[in-house]
Amino acid sequence: MTTETTQKRRERIDRGIKVRSESLYALNSFEEIAYLLTPRVLLIAAFVLMPLILSPWPYWGRVGLSVCILALLSISFDFLANYVGLVSLGGAFFYGVGGYMAAVLNTELGLPPVLSIPVATLLGAGFCTLALLPCLPLRGIYFAIVTLMYPLLMTRIIEAFDILGGTEGFRGIDGFSGFFTEQYGLILAMFIALFGLRRFVNMDGGLVIRAVKDNDQSVRASGISVTRTKAKAVFLASLTGCFAGAYYIHMYSNVGISSFALDLSIMPIAATIIGGAGTLVGPVLGAAILVPLSEFLRDFGSLRIVVYALVLTGFVVFRSEGLMNYMTRKYQQVERWVKI
Amino acid sequence: MSTHHTKEPILEIRSLSKHFGGVKAVDDVSLTVNRGDVVGIIGPNGSGKTTLINCITGFLKPTKGTVSFHGKDITGKKPHKIADMGINRTFQIMRPYFSMPAYKNLVIPLSSPRAKRVGGWRGGGKHGDRDTVAVDILEELGFERDSRVPYKMAGTLPTGYLKRLELGRCLALRPELIICDEVFSGLSASEISSLVPLIEKLNGQGITMIMIEHRLAELFRVANRVMALSYGEKVTEGEPDEVINHPKVREAYLGSEEDF
Ligand SMILES: Nc1ncnc2c1ncn2[C@@H]1O[C@H](COP(=O)(O)OP(=O)(O)OP(=O)(O)O)[C@@H](O)[C@H]1O
Ligand SMILES: [Mg+2]
Repeated sequence: MTTETTQKRRERIDRGIKVRSESLYALNSFEEIAYLLTPRVLLIAAFVLMPLILSPWPYWGRVGLSVCILALLSISFDFLANYVGLVSLGGAFFYGVGGYMAAVLNTELGLPPVLSIPVATLLGAGFCTLALLPCLPLRGIYFAIVTLMYPLLMTRIIEAFDILGGTEGFRGIDGFSGFFTEQYGLILAMFIALFGLRRFVNMDGGLVIRAVKDNDQSVRASGISVTRTKAKAVFLASLTGCFAGAYYIHMYSNVGISSFALDLSIMPIAATIIGGAGTLVGPVLGAAILVPLSEFLRDFGSLRIVVYALVLTGFVVFRSEGLMNYMTRKYQQVERWVKI
Repeated sequence: MSTHHTKEPILEIRSLSKHFGGVKAVDDVSLTVNRGDVVGIIGPNGSGKTTLINCITGFLKPTKGTVSFHGKDITGKKPHKIADMGINRTFQIMRPYFSMPAYKNLVIPLSSPRAKRVGGWRGGGKHGDRDTVAVDILEELGFERDSRVPYKMAGTLPTGYLKRLELGRCLALRPELIICDEVFSGLSASEISSLVPLIEKLNGQGITMIMIEHRLAELFRVANRVMALSYGEKVTEGEPDEVINHPKVREAYLGSEEDF
């Protein structure tokens, strides 16, 4: 679009960048750097400021952390579903295993949170990966249904054999040393998971994982074991989920079979759909909408679920691509004036 | 056609059969491929060529018979294990990674354990320079380097390029034996004539080839031995001229025309 008088024309900012942005040095103006960094900076700033703003209201501080917990579970779901092609309905399995593992490490072995959380994350992810190994050849709905069984199975086993505290669970688990430790520990972990995975999926190792989703026969013909590749991906997703569980039980000092509850498997899917599937950032956004929304809706009593369902349906019907994909598209259409 | 025939067998197929229920897709086929050979496999549609390849490369388990590579039994081994040994194949129905650019398609095989161990194409890709090596391979296969074609999404590429991408995947794995399932079909005459010298060159570098083809003229330019299949059975095997003049082959290829 040119206007004769000003000798200027509108141009999309991302056009030039898109070609060059594979390598960072190619950016050649402050404006372009700002264009690329602004969304990231906004996201990080929001989460870094959150504890400072919420510190007078510890209850809402916890709600903020619930956003991060759900974000972690949703990132884990989005990664498996949209980068590996494994749609898991068993997010609660990762979460519960991480939680119980941390509880045992803390109450039985006396490990402080700073040790019990990372150890539970690693051991839990190892356990989850081994447990899911037999399902890895399954695809689509079959994988989904079988993973749905895992958390249910754990609940029944714990009840039936009265192990791991039975229906009571564990109490008196150590908490964190202070409000800000608790807040920033989790926020930092969430960003490590988010930016770590976003980087990983574009590295050669991540590319192989995405290739499995695209065409597993070709991966086989390339001399790469599909099962092994999927197992690696499940391990990464389990790490994220187990961490969320391990962290959460230290926040509330108890763990029970509700750690394997169905909503912990379903909510991440809702957050991913609302936020934008296949972006890894979208799920964080989705979590940041869903958790506060469900808090505000507490006043509605039994109508809460109705309103909640309406909001969800609205998103699916009117913005099925998800917020993140919608916003990315809009952001890429931002234009600037250039002299000609 | 390489002439340094020391007759060292690298692939031996013995009485291989593959039955699907009552369908005998491959029936008691034996074939020995020597190092440096370019063996053509011909046969009408549905004669079991692709099924035979699938049995060799582990994508199907044979009903009967054995396959051995360098004297080692590989019957029924997993596809990725066989690919890892250096038997690399193309798919008749191309299987690119549609959501990735063409060159990233080759970064996958270049990241395989085999490429990390022995190096990919010309030993490259071992040290993480996979993007460059991938574009090198594509250039060798006739993707114009400056045209941005190597950077286009595989999903947007025409058949000709996808066929060559299939071959590229094999090259990226530094193959010992390449099995091509109709790489020439879907290519224009000029595209084929640019690929024929490449096949000859690869063969000259010591890569053994098995080529399934319907384009007999082009196949006979590169093949030194040909096997003909019909209804899953081996009809004959020998020098290209012998095979094409074999009465049963003439019947299989031309007979139907005479009948109707
Ligand atoms: N998975 C399968 N299940 C049942 N029958 C099959 C299967 N795969 C192949 N067949 C049958 O086996 C026979 C051989 O098929 P194949 O694909 O090997 O033939 P081909 O020689 O490669 O043919 P074309 O030239 O058309 O590629 C055909 O009759 C086919 O219908
Ligand atoms: Mg075929």
